[in-house]
Amino acid sequence: MEQEKTAINSPLKSDPVTWVEKYADYLYRFAFSRLRDEEIARDLVQDTFLAALQQVSRFEGKSSEKTWLTGILKNKVADFYRRQASKGITTIRTAETEQQNFFDADNGHWNTQHYPKAFGLDENNPLLLKELGGILNTCLKKLPALWFSVFSMKHMDDLASEKICMELKLTDANFWVIMHRTKLNLRACLQKHWN
Amino acid sequence: MTGALKKIIYNCKQATFLIEKRTLGKITAAEALQLQVHLAGCSMCRTYQKQSMLIIRLFTGFPSDKIRLDDAFKVKLQQRIEKEMNKN
Repeated sequence: MEQEKTAINSPLKSDPVTWVEKYADYLYRFAFSRLRDEEIARDLVQDTFLAALQQVSRFEGKSSEKTWLTGILKNKVADFYRRQASKGITTIRTAETEQQNFFDADNGHWNTQHYPKAFGLDENNPLLLKELGGILNTCLKKLPALWFSVFSMKHMDDLASEKICMELKLTDANFWVIMHRTKLNLRACLQKHWN
Repeated sequence: MTGALKKIIYNCKQATFLIEKRTLGKITAAEALQLQVHLAGCSMCRTYQKQSMLIIRLFTGFPSDKIRLDDAFKVKLQQRIEKEMNKN
């Protein structure tokens, strides 16, 4: 009898009405830090809550609500990366030609106009770093979608390159070429817009 | 000097590739030596290396704790959830 009563009083181990207040900001930060796009991050948070609603009756409270919801969001982010990877093939071509000009085609030396120049900033000055970080965010938006996904998976989730290659169907050689080109592009973009 | 070492001295493309690979994964002892020789003589790639590290620091150190989902979206989200719940 007692058990039955408890079951009726709390049929669910998680109350969806409280989710937005408790977890929306956290989940949004999680998504935004990986995607760097407000709209996509918001959509994924919404998708996460809606997917969670479908599964809530099966949530047994073995992990915390937060861990459970974050797990759902992680899958959404991974799906997003995979979709980006599958449509990213064409954008690589354009950025590839642009990037070839960084170096002399014969000996691989930097071309004069692309010489890395010191930013000339104190790397411990938080204000300057913040400004540079803002520029970096703009530069990240210009990356081919696939490159951004690879870069973010590596750095935000610290995934092994083998795992990233498997998720995005890349070869090991592709992976390193993408990491290299991404960094060359970001660095050049920062240099162009700094000062 | 071996051919591989001679080739690397001017090859900033290869050197920057090795910098990235060393930061995130592994390079061979021979590659590490090539890179060392290159960096010893190439201030541009030393600048690149420093900036490459800085970019990672800027990217991962992004101050996400100040970011919040906007209130209007939250209100809509709350309504949507309540509506979905009433359907069941």
